[in-house]
Amino acid sequence: MMSTTEIRFSGFGGQGIIRCALITGKALSLYDDKFATMTQSFGPEARGSACSAQLVVSAQRILYPYITAPAVLMALSQGAYDKYHPEVIPGGTLIVEEDLVKLGDHDPRLQVWRVPATRVAESIGNRLFTNLVALGFFTAVTGVVTAEAMKRALPGLVPGRFLKVNISAFEKGYEHGVQARGAAAP
Amino acid sequence: MNVMTADVPSEDRFAAMLRTERMPHIWCPGCGIGSVVTCFIDAVRRSGVDQDKLAVVSGIGCSGRVAGYVNFDSIHATHGRAIPVATGLKLANPELTVVVISGDGDLISIGGNHFVHAARRNMDLVVICINNFTYGMTGGQVTPTTPGSATASTTPYGNYEYPLTLPFLADACGASYVARWTSLHARNITQSVEEALTRRGFSFIEVITPCTTLYLRRNRLGDGVDALQYYQNNSEILHGIDTRETAIELQGKIAVGKFVDREKPTYLDAVTRCNAKVIGDDYQLYGKTEPEKKSAEAKKTEDQVTAGPVSGGHS
Amino acid sequence: MNIVHADPRGVDSGAHFMDGDHAIAEGALAAGCRFFAGYPITPSTETAERFAERAPEVGAMFIQMEDEIASIAALIGAAWGGQKAMTVTSGPGFSLMMENIGLAAMTETPIVLANVQRGGPSTGLPTLTAQQDMFQARFGSHGDYNIIALCPDSPQECFDLTVEAFNLAETYRTPVFIMTDETVGHMHEKVVIPPADHIKVVERNLFTGPKEDFRPYRFDSQGGHPMARAGAGYRFHITGLTHDERGYPVMTAAQNQVVVTHLIEKINGNAECIIRLEEDQVEGAEVLVISYGITSRIAVRAIAEARKKDIKVGALRLITVWPFCERRIRELAGQVRAMVVAEINYGQMVREVERCAAGRCRVISVNHCGGAVHDPAVITQAIEEACR
Ligand SMILES: Cc1ncc(C[n+]2csc(CCOP(=O)(O)OP(=O)(O)O)c2C)c(N)n1
Ligand code: SF4
Ligand SMILES: [Mg+2]
Repeated sequence: MMSTTEIRFSGFGGQGIIRCALITGKALSLYDDKFATMTQSFGPEARGSACSAQLVVSAQRILYPYITAPAVLMALSQGAYDKYHPEVIPGGTLIVEEDLVKLGDHDPRLQVWRVPATRVAESIGNRLFTNLVALGFFTAVTGVVTAEAMKRALPGLVPGRFLKVNISAFEKGYEHGVQARGAAAP
Repeated sequence: MNVMTADVPSEDRFAAMLRTERMPHIWCPGCGIGSVVTCFIDAVRRSGVDQDKLAVVSGIGCSGRVAGYVNFDSIHATHGRAIPVATGLKLANPELTVVVISGDGDLISIGGNHFVHAARRNMDLVVICINNFTYGMTGGQVTPTTPGSATASTTPYGNYEYPLTLPFLADACGASYVARWTSLHARNITQSVEEALTRRGFSFIEVITPCTTLYLRRNRLGDGVDALQYYQNNSEILHGIDTRETAIELQGKIAVGKFVDREKPTYLDAVTRCNAKVIGDDYQLYGKTEPEKKSAEAKKTEDQVTAGPVSGGHS
Repeated sequence: MNIVHADPRGVDSGAHFMDGDHAIAEGALAAGCRFFAGYPITPSTETAERFAERAPEVGAMFIQMEDEIASIAALIGAAWGGQKAMTVTSGPGFSLMMENIGLAAMTETPIVLANVQRGGPSTGLPTLTAQQDMFQARFGSHGDYNIIALCPDSPQECFDLTVEAFNLAETYRTPVFIMTDETVGHMHEKVVIPPADHIKVVERNLFTGPKEDFRPYRFDSQGGHPMARAGAGYRFHITGLTHDERGYPVMTAAQNQVVVTHLIEKINGNAECIIRLEEDQVEGAEVLVISYGITSRIAVRAIAEARKKDIKVGALRLITVWPFCERRIRELAGQVRAMVVAEINYGQMVREVERCAAGRCRVISVNHCGGAVHDPAVITQAIEEACR
């Protein structure tokens, strides 16, 4: 992996996209001994359908705060996938929500992962946890951040009374990711 | 009532509350502002409020100069901003009694929004509006209180706007005390101010005063004595009347008296109550944290132990 | 000057993943600020929200005023009531605050104001970044006066410089601005809040002598003359009118000269103590890139590109924007071939650079108006052009 990794989390408003980036950024910079800079699109577009948060991750102090060549794209909506897949670097990682995104003609060099995050979230009680399932999956397949750090980052970023169920959503997603990776292994 | 200074001759006590080194003041002969200052100081004296714990804030205008002549902590703010400056002062140091003295233009025109919201919050302030129906300082322009058809330098053919009725405004905004007098009613002003100084919440006192040089002269209403004559003949004490009945027409009747006097929690009461709900009973604005209190407590017991039981204190 | 350790009550020590706006609120609390008055405006509102949430825990006062005029007016009252006080805003609110910024400057009232800049003029671009208020910060209120303005480039610096802003405000008895921008305000990064006993805080210099000796002012071009707290028995008077050392109005040209000279010189004369710059490879540089706030973090990429092409580029970051680093620019103008000034506005601080360079080197402005940070390539191009 390069010394700097750029990640984009995307979907539509209300899916907890910003939260994904916050959790990951906090996990990396407080518990994984990395540097992380999180920016998000404010502005009118942040209220509408597309929603995106960007994370630059590095072993060194980050100066340039924006992403220009993301290595990882997590897209939880069709619109997000359509809009952002062209910018992912060759060999980069694409994670999509299986039931929400119909894959199109993205760069064949991308490593594509499909996660049934909504269904898994529903199986543990509420589709509100879709983002945490996806985040667990993301953690497992990218290896950018440790699962330990992610779980430690949750308090304060999810409502206290939902902490447990968020952790289990994360773990479910993580298991799916580990399995998917195992299945994909040569 | 003021026990501490009871043996000091009253003129001296009066002088002590003025910045005598700043005399003579800038006000014109016959102007009503000076009378209000006299009543205010008399009221402070009677109220027993500590001279060092009272602060006066004014805006800009002839009336706005009051802050510069009274011997208290005093701020001469910008035009219209006396109330928010006073709000900051009061909230920063709740032990203060904060009085705003300013003009009709200052408090009601440019500062109207602050007036509305300070009253709405029941901010613990005494607001004295010296209403001379004009912008004195800038040469006699129309204000939001100028009676219909009165002339002003910017309404040379007569005022065609609807004036505001200040007691009604203050009442509607939630003030807990509302009174109005004219500068003729010295004893009543003093009494109202004293009452306001010793109660809590947003207190509003309007004093109708003559601007001899501009308003009276331009409207051919004579001099200061004529103004007092007009107040004498046309004001009627109507305590407790509906504030909607207190509008003033050009040289018309002036309803005076105490119109509103109601108890309700002040802004600080409300903040404290809310924060105590969040933090618990020992919440204290600008107060100490639990660990600090504990360490202070611990230190105290330590001192007691080392000092042994001694009678009497050393406060 | 009385320097103490921060009151632990306000210091949320530890590592946080936090945005710049929140870091400003934490910096204020750490610096001992216990009074916040403000009015919501994007992209600064998060600071107010954070302060409102923390206020009960630390025994601080938070009040949402009816507008920005009232907010800054309340700060002036609060400061003379004995509290350290702050507000935050953005362009439209900054404009509304101008008159009482003048009152604070004139009455030498220590207050701190953060402007999280967005695109203007007018309502402009409420949610998008800009650096268009830099001159308004310095010259926005009428009359001659002076202020101090700091420009953080990260959430960590939002914290650090807010503490510093309070310290400077107390040291020189002046309004101090934190001129940040939407990007830094909304960017999340790790913010380390040190333990309270690692944070230096300048306490209010309060007069303690006999009542008859108290004067709210001394026009000695130094600043930091002791104040009184309302209620302490000193019966101060302060006014926005031109005044003498007692605070009493004096309506003469001569006194205006005395007061204004003091207001300006107490900051200019101490500029060397106040100004903080960050320099990188300035010695031997042919081209110097000058920037501040978020733009300096964009410029690093451009500078790296240019260095790959063997261009000797130095970087100068203005941490203190006002007072302007005149001496350093004059010095460097004699050493470099060109200065490239990058900023998100139509060309503001570049005027200061031009003034100080005074023709001794080329000065190139790389600017665009509000809404977005630079494309680093544009800055690289300017650097290349500067060597031609
Ligand atoms: C922002 C601003 N606008 C205008 C003025 C000019 N100005 C000074 S005093 C004044 C009117 C004061 O009227 P009022 O409050 O009724 O006081 P009076 O002089 O009648 O006692 C005005 C408009 C100012 N000082 N500041
Ligand atoms: S101009 Fe009017 S209000 Fe001002 S001092 Fe003279 S009489 Fe009083
Ligand atoms: Mg008037």
